[in-house]
Amino acid sequence: MLTVPVETQIVFAGILFLLGLIGLLVRRNLVFMLMSIEIMFNSAGLVFIIAARQWNQPDGQVMFIFILAVTAVEVAIGLALILQVYHHFKTLDVDAINKLRDEK
Amino acid sequence: METLIALIPGLPLFSFLILVLFGGKLSRRVAGWIGAGSIGIVAVLTLVVGIHLISALPGLKSYSVIVWHWMHAGNLNADIAFSLDSLSLVFCFVITFVGFLIHVYSIGFMAKDEGFTRFFAYMNLFVSSMLILVLSDNILLMYLGWEGVGVCSYLLIGFWYKEPANGTAARKAFIITRIGDTAMIIGIFILFVSFGTFNIQELMHLASAKWAVGSSIAVITAYLLLGGALGKSAQLPLQTWLPDAMAGPSPVSALIHAATMVTAGVYLIARTNILFSLAPIVQGVIAVIGALTLLIAGFSALAQHDLKRILAYSTISQIGYMFLALGVGAYSAAVFHFMMHAFFKALLFLAAGVVILVLNEEHDIFKMGGLRKKMPVVFWTFLTGSASLSALPLVTAGFYSKDAILWFAYSSNSGGVVLWLAGIVGAFLTALYSFRMIFITFFGEAKTEPTFRAGKLMTVPLIILAVLSVIGGFIELPASMGSVHLFSDLVNNTLPGVGIKDVENREWLFQIISALIALSGIYLAYRFYFKKPAYMESFKHSRLNHFFETGFGFDKVYDTVIVKPAVWLAEIDKKDIFDQLNISIARLTLLGNRLISLTENGKLRWYILSFAIGIALILTFMITK
Amino acid sequence: MILVTLILILLAGAFLAWVSGNFGQLWPRIIALITLATGLLLVVSTMQSVPFDNKWLVDIQYEWIPKFGIGMHLALDGLSLLMLLLTFFLGILSVLISWKEINEKVGFFHFNLLLILAGIVGVFLSLDLFLFYFFWELMLVPMYFLIGIWGHENRTKASYKFFLYTQASGLLMFISILALYFVHGNSTGIYSFDYNLLLGTQMSAPTALLIMSGFLAAFLVKLPVVPLHNWLPDAHSEAPTAGSLILAALLLKTGAYGLLRFIVPLFPEASVTFAPIGMALGVLGILYGAKLAFAQTDLKRLIAYTSVSHMGFVMLGIFSFNELAYQGVIMQMIAHGISTGALFIMAGQLSERIHTRDITAMGGLWKTAPFMGAIGLIFSMASLGLPGLGNFIAELLILTGAFKANILMACLGSLGLIAATLYSLRIMQKVFFGKENTTWKMNDLTIREKVISLSLVIIIFGLGLSPQPVIDMARPAIVKTLGTHNEKSIPMNEADKSKSDIKNKLFFY
Repeated sequence: MLTVPVETQIVFAGILFLLGLIGLLVRRNLVFMLMSIEIMFNSAGLVFIIAARQWNQPDGQVMFIFILAVTAVEVAIGLALILQVYHHFKTLDVDAINKLRDEK
Repeated sequence: METLIALIPGLPLFSFLILVLFGGKLSRRVAGWIGAGSIGIVAVLTLVVGIHLISALPGLKSYSVIVWHWMHAGNLNADIAFSLDSLSLVFCFVITFVGFLIHVYSIGFMAKDEGFTRFFAYMNLFVSSMLILVLSDNILLMYLGWEGVGVCSYLLIGFWYKEPANGTAARKAFIITRIGDTAMIIGIFILFVSFGTFNIQELMHLASAKWAVGSSIAVITAYLLLGGALGKSAQLPLQTWLPDAMAGPSPVSALIHAATMVTAGVYLIARTNILFSLAPIVQGVIAVIGALTLLIAGFSALAQHDLKRILAYSTISQIGYMFLALGVGAYSAAVFHFMMHAFFKALLFLAAGVVILVLNEEHDIFKMGGLRKKMPVVFWTFLTGSASLSALPLVTAGFYSKDAILWFAYSSNSGGVVLWLAGIVGAFLTALYSFRMIFITFFGEAKTEPTFRAGKLMTVPLIILAVLSVIGGFIELPASMGSVHLFSDLVNNTLPGVGIKDVENREWLFQIISALIALSGIYLAYRFYFKKPAYMESFKHSRLNHFFETGFGFDKVYDTVIVKPAVWLAEIDKKDIFDQLNISIARLTLLGNRLISLTENGKLRWYILSFAIGIALILTFMITK
Repeated sequence: MILVTLILILLAGAFLAWVSGNFGQLWPRIIALITLATGLLLVVSTMQSVPFDNKWLVDIQYEWIPKFGIGMHLALDGLSLLMLLLTFFLGILSVLISWKEINEKVGFFHFNLLLILAGIVGVFLSLDLFLFYFFWELMLVPMYFLIGIWGHENRTKASYKFFLYTQASGLLMFISILALYFVHGNSTGIYSFDYNLLLGTQMSAPTALLIMSGFLAAFLVKLPVVPLHNWLPDAHSEAPTAGSLILAALLLKTGAYGLLRFIVPLFPEASVTFAPIGMALGVLGILYGAKLAFAQTDLKRLIAYTSVSHMGFVMLGIFSFNELAYQGVIMQMIAHGISTGALFIMAGQLSERIHTRDITAMGGLWKTAPFMGAIGLIFSMASLGLPGLGNFIAELLILTGAFKANILMACLGSLGLIAATLYSLRIMQKVFFGKENTTWKMNDLTIREKVISLSLVIIIFGLGLSPQPVIDMARPAIVKTLGTHNEKSIPMNEADKSKSDIKNKLFFY
């Protein structure tokens, strides 16, 4: 079995998080932004798994299952909201959805 | 006796109130006779009180009465109190008698005017204020009368208020005299703070006891009081308001701007003569101002073509004579000339009023002419007045009064040849412009026809004043002519005599010189204005004539140096620079608002980016701590 | 008891008026009138029954929040009595002039009016600093409503400005009050807001100056003093006539009252240090206010700036620290209230008829309305300080007192007399004389308006010709206020007169 140092694993999770963040910032389509958020969630879950392995506690694995559940729900509601946005604005371009501000 | 004295200023005030409150309901006849009648009654009262006083002299010098207690706060005490002595008596006599004649005249003059009752109300208020001025025993009450006559002058000059130019003239008069009044009130402050009283007699005693002759405080106070006198009496440099004040009705010009208000300055200096004797340099300045004014006004009168403006400049000039006399210490001569001047100048203004009214509001003498045959009464009375003004020798009152001034201008301790010369040149000018007026207005061919004959209400006062202009002088004859000193004896109970240089009394020589000068002035007027040679026409259009006509350009100078900058200064800051400062604070805040609200642009990705940056910053902080 | 009654009557009247507004427009007016008339009678009865040599005529004290040293301490002396007379009298007039002018939300209008008056009465009566601040702020909000709801075109901006200026300066005053509380507490161990206890607090000079500045901020804004005067023209011109009347005649006087009652006795040395600046600000106000007044074309704005000018005299007088000047200050507070109040009433009557305040559209109005013209003439003459009217006595006393303290400032202040002539005559000329720029068909004054104007005329002449009752009433209060000061005066005899005094006289010599 390969022994990967913990730091590397955390860094790997961090890079994953950053990728997700960059994806969130760069993409303009709401669906893709949702996917990027998913990646960020998964990277957080990965950190829990790493920690679980590091200290041989099953709690980390339990947290990961929590996260899976939460993510699923969140995706469901997010997609429903995206559908509503599409109905209203006829586009999924997030830059077009800027009505929450002072009209001057 | 005391109640009579209180009634003298009180009765016209009472009739003013009646006219104001009930004037709308009274008929014109009744209103006019209430107005004139109150002054007539006061004239009689003055006579009664005067006879009492004269018979009690020289033992009793004055009567006093306190009407009520005005105020006392701290050490400031002032009462409404009157005091009648020979000086006030002379002024009261002139104000009431000449005033009564002018009021009677006005019943005829203003008969067709819609503001008839308002006119008499204002005139009565004026006479009351003027009487308060000359009768008050404390300088604060005198200041009340002083301002009162200023207000009435403003109201009466602007009487025909619909014409904006009248309002401008009225405001000019009020503002210029107010400048003098402010100087005077500062002088009053100095006197009060130094001596703790407002009573004039007490002030004069304390001043002569505590202030040294020529001390700076006496000089400053004298200058300040002089400022007030200059404003009210229209002397240099505050003389520019009087010619414009002719916008008012002629009775107003006669009463206020000839006989009474403009002489208030003379009264003030005469009343406070002790203070002025403590400041000889100021007395010298008074004499010089008098001399300069009489010359400048004399030249200006020569170039005018509005009948009343000639008379206005003439008034400025004659008051210059009075100031000249005051300056050399000849107080009784100054007051004597005041009385004579009141008679003939009021006469001239009233007669001019008739001319203007009858010729349908024509003021330009070059559009008149030939009125000698058409208006004989007016002509002869006008001629008498002008002769008195020109000091026609021996037969006119003006001769005796002006002559006394000229003699003292030379012979008094502070007089000299220069002052006398100024007076003599002035006398020449006076004769010249007076008879210019006569020849152009009454002789030659008629250019405007009179529209009606003046009634008795207007002509009888003219005749009475003409008689007074002739016989008035006989109460004071110089040494060379019988030495009658009725007037100066009366007045010298209150005023100091004049100190004369130790020279031979060659007064007769001076009299002959002034008689010759007057006659030559009349003759030259005849040559220039009756014979009308060609060079007069070209002179009329010359630069020099124009310079004289504008009163030596004083108006223009004041306009450029004072009026225009002041108005400009007021205009540019109309919006108030401090307010702009505050508004700019408000605008800055709004600008800040607009800048910051740029960050609230509704874009989701912008918000996420700011989250990311924030988190990065916080993490950096936490790591580096 | 009577003092509390005065305030309570006003508060009760206010609520009653508001409620009665639901039953018609006449009820609130009548209730307000009755309330104010009762108040006036109560004040007059106090005048008769209490002699004038006590230090305080009436003095009552109740506990309020003893833990913090806050009590309900109300007291009346000659000065407050005069101010109360003025308040109730002008309050009655303000109800009378709004009779035809205010037609919406009449109940709420009178509620606000009476509440402002209650605040003013409280300000004049309270001797506990916390209570004073409470009433000071009480005057503020109803006035804001008065301007903001019933005012003219620019009322929103004017009401904001008024509110912000007064509130901000009031907060600075509150900080000062707290500072004084703590300083006193630290030095004596007694923590109290009571005026009598705070008199004579030991403070170092810088502390005193600092605390005094907080108070000064509030009073200088209220008085108003250039350069803090900017709220005044907007507030006065945009307020309804009753609002302008109460603002000019009463609210400004609370500033002067504050200076007399609090600054001078509480900070004897600091106020003397500030005096040269104070007098200079006064003179600046006199001249600058007059200059601005002269340039305006909005009649009410013009009159508002004349208020700035007249209050400059008050400032000049207060910092002269002698009895004569203080008599003048109190007289000016009353006379200015009457004369400027009357001018605002006249402006209101005009704008009710011709719906404009622009003097370039007026002219020649004497023909159509001679009675109004005469009233305007009398009060313009009062404004310029004509002897025989109350303002002359006030300005004379102030200038004489100032002359004793600082000759240069007094002379500069006297120039204000010339400046006043300029703007007063401008009012008369532009409104009543001259050509008619627009032909207005308007009525002369009605009986109600004549009664209002005549009562003011009688008072101003009374003050001018017989000011002694007012002077006598004010004297004990002035002696008490000046108690800690030495009378300032410059010796005027020859030996002591230094060259520098002469150089102050710029013109001659």
